[in-house]
Amino acid sequence: MYSFEPNEEQQMLVDAVGKYAQNDLRPAAHDAEESRELPKKLISKGWELGFLQASIPEAYGGFGDRSAVTGALAMEEFAFGDLAGALAVLTPSLFAMPILLGGSEEQKQEYLPKVIEGDWTPYTAALIEYVFDFDPTALKTTATADGGDYVLSGEKAFVPFAKDAEAMIVYASLDGKTQGFIVPKGAAGLSVADEREKLMGLNALPMYRVKLDGVKVPAAKRLGGEAGHDFELILASMRIASASAAVGVAKASLEYATNYAKEREAFGVKIAQKQAIAFMLAEMAIEIEAMRLLTWEAAWKLDTGKEDAAQAAYLAFTGAADMAMMVTDRGVQILGGHGYIREHPVELWMRNGRGFAMLTGLAIV
Amino acid sequence: MTIEFETPKPIAQTQFVLKTVAENMMRPQSREMDENEHEIPFGYIEFMHNAMRSIGGGSLAPKEEKPKEGDEKKEKRPPIAYQNLAAQIEMLSWGDVGFYLVTPGGGLGAAAVQAAGTPEQRAKFLARFNEEKPTFAAMCMTEAGAGSDTSAIRTRAVLDEAANEWVINGEKIFVTAGEKSFNPREQFGKGFIVVWANIDPTAGRAGMRAFVVEAGTPGVKVVGLERKLGIRASDTATISLVDVRVPFENILGSPTVEKTTTGFKGAMATFDATRPLVAASGIGVARAALEFLKEKLAEGGVEIRYGLPRNKLTAVEKEVIDMEIQLRSAWLMVLKAVWMADNKKPNALESSMSKVRAGDVVTKITQKAVEIMGPLGYSREFLLEKWFRDAKITDIYEGTGQINRLVVARQILGYSGKELR
Ligand SMILES: Cc1cc2nc3c(=O)[nH]c(=O)nc-3n(C[C@H](O)[C@H](O)[C@H](O)COP(=O)(O)OP(=O)(O)OC[C@H]3O[C@@H](n4cnc5c(N)ncnc54)[C@H](O)[C@@H]3O)c2cc1C
Ligand SMILES: Cc1cc2nc3c(=O)[nH]c(=O)nc-3n(C[C@H](O)[C@H](O)[C@H](O)COP(=O)(O)OP(=O)(O)OC[C@H]3O[C@@H](n4cnc5c(N)ncnc54)[C@H](O)[C@@H]3O)c2cc1C
Repeated sequence: MYSFEPNEEQQMLVDAVGKYAQNDLRPAAHDAEESRELPKKLISKGWELGFLQASIPEAYGGFGDRSAVTGALAMEEFAFGDLAGALAVLTPSLFAMPILLGGSEEQKQEYLPKVIEGDWTPYTAALIEYVFDFDPTALKTTATADGGDYVLSGEKAFVPFAKDAEAMIVYASLDGKTQGFIVPKGAAGLSVADEREKLMGLNALPMYRVKLDGVKVPAAKRLGGEAGHDFELILASMRIASASAAVGVAKASLEYATNYAKEREAFGVKIAQKQAIAFMLAEMAIEIEAMRLLTWEAAWKLDTGKEDAAQAAYLAFTGAADMAMMVTDRGVQILGGHGYIREHPVELWMRNGRGFAMLTGLAIV
Repeated sequence: MTIEFETPKPIAQTQFVLKTVAENMMRPQSREMDENEHEIPFGYIEFMHNAMRSIGGGSLAPKEEKPKEGDEKKEKRPPIAYQNLAAQIEMLSWGDVGFYLVTPGGGLGAAAVQAAGTPEQRAKFLARFNEEKPTFAAMCMTEAGAGSDTSAIRTRAVLDEAANEWVINGEKIFVTAGEKSFNPREQFGKGFIVVWANIDPTAGRAGMRAFVVEAGTPGVKVVGLERKLGIRASDTATISLVDVRVPFENILGSPTVEKTTTGFKGAMATFDATRPLVAASGIGVARAALEFLKEKLAEGGVEIRYGLPRNKLTAVEKEVIDMEIQLRSAWLMVLKAVWMADNKKPNALESSMSKVRAGDVVTKITQKAVEIMGPLGYSREFLLEKWFRDAKITDIYEGTGQINRLVVARQILGYSGKELR
């Protein structure tokens, strides 16, 4: 069947996350960006909504099953509030979700309960690299087999909460194929930059450069153990998260611009009454809906194990990244000069909107 | 409810059957029909009519879904008639959209009766599509002076109380299948045209009503057929109406004019139902073009490397990937709009959104495909150039891209037609 309505459980989650996004994330977003600081309380509150916890089966300390569709729905709502806040709340997923999807039984037993029990604790992952042609399937960081171990060498960028992370998954190229490796805090050869990344947006999210200088990882800590894992599945889940986040940010911009256009007067009418503005709003709404549906379908394909799920996720991610740029740009445009001023959030969304082209690796559902 | 994208079995089955029809009956004749405007593909019409009759409904209209007796499990099956119809139209248009437009069964005329008529009127006027001969119906809204602004129609209907008949005067243009409906060939059954007229010009939109005018009614004349950019297998008629008399009961909906916009709403309800179907049709054409493009690229050894970041793709790869994103998302918007129709959810917003999106993407996709194929795209040896010409109509009829943008914008802004014109 075709069906376009979240089930009851999903709707409850969407409502809860939506409330948090509206009442907590959004009001804090401006100051967080300017001060480069997210209040810990804010993150904890988002964590307590239990989104990750509900994605992990009871056997590993959680209370539900992972669904990419549910993840897409939640991610859109989180990002609608504030992208940096959303990514911060969900950073532990960067570590837990790949273990759930590709980890060995021992890895699941060892790490999943630790990550999800109690308060939000920084666990993270390092995928992005500081090169213009970054490609998650052709990494420059390498993993080399060395007896029973692997040795990691290279440099990672934009690693959220790397400084404090209890452990991280480092993605590296093993014989040309991307594989994840679990690296604990303080591992020999692992160094996290003192200075945080300075970026166009997402300044509230602490991100770091991470160096791997011959970091030794035992074979048992390769994601999935000796046999490794299917990175395509993880990448697809990351792409769905990014696409959903793009939809959420774009939705925020559309809503703000719509309300503004209904208030702002020029030439004796509300600017929304001018087709030049109204048509932009209509197109924004259409693009958002188009990419939302494409993302849902990709997520559903992932959940149901369709053969072309990875390709669908790639298409959704690629389309949503373009959409986010188009929509957030217009959000600024509709506010005119005021859109350019940092008092209004549309310019932040535009900065965040541009990020989606490279956001793979900062979120996973 | 849930979020799900599994093609229902009955839809997959009809798609399979229609694909065979498209490949065997439409494609081989596509070029010929394009080059000989106003020729009629009788073989296809005959075949489709018999095929549709044999499965129980002689029209391309959403079937009434009745659960089979004693079949308890099936009683709870969600309705999919509109979804099925959209899928059928997409596949037929993938074959040839000109042919699809001459599929017998009532088209927009029947859709208007369906949307604005009473149950008795539906029973009376729609039964004919299930009879022995293929039968057509058309809808006449547009006039030379009234296109997008349907409320500006000048065609007038006056009640002759003594005779209990309506007397209609006016001229309609761009009537799809007007000729086949009003002047049926001997191979065809007796059709009708639905004529929109005003019964009280002082009331403006509130006075707009639709009338069923039977084929052959005196005073009605098909005065010309258009020669077009594309969809040439479909006749587009100009129809004049001079003192045309129709029985009182042929008025669809209420004959009294309240100071409301009921009449206009009848027209708009028709569009809510048909816009996603027009979108579906355009998407079929664009899919044909995209598949052709990919096939030719593959023959030429060009591989599309899905999964690579944008800045590592070639220009052609980028285009193809964008086309796929556009086409698939447009189709999903159609599915959502018709799914809402099936589930009786108000879908004016989604219908118009799907129409805008389809109008945009199918023109872009077919244009780009022609461009990428170079001489092969421009040559009439292949159908690609024809699909490019055919696709363009998607953004024009059943509300232009601009009109549908207005509908979408009004919905999201909460504006009336007065507040945003
Ligand atoms: C960094 C910066 C520097 C500036 N420097 C100066 C300066 O030195 N001196 C100075 O005087 N001003 C300056 N400005 C002001 C600038 O010129 C205005 O912001 C600009 O003219 C737009 O006006 P507005 O911001 O009030 O937008 P509005 O007029 O409110 O427009 C809002 C939106 O509505 C659209 N719109 C408005 N009217 C119509 C219409 N009739 N039809 C269709 N769309 C319409 C606009 O295009 C825009 O998208 C500056 C602005 C900025 C951001
Ligand atoms: C092949 C074909 C088949 C057709 N079949 C039928 C049929 O079966 N029955 C029927 O009744 N009609 C039919 N039509 C008519 C079709 O619905 C109209 O052509 C269409 O609605 C546009 O009207 P118009 O051509 O008068 O353009 P106009 O209304 O004159 O529009 C011209 C341009 O102005 C734009 N425009 C108009 N109003 C606005 C506005 N308020 N704001 C912004 N832009 C605006 C339009 O988008 C368009 O770009 C058919 C047309 C064609 C070409």
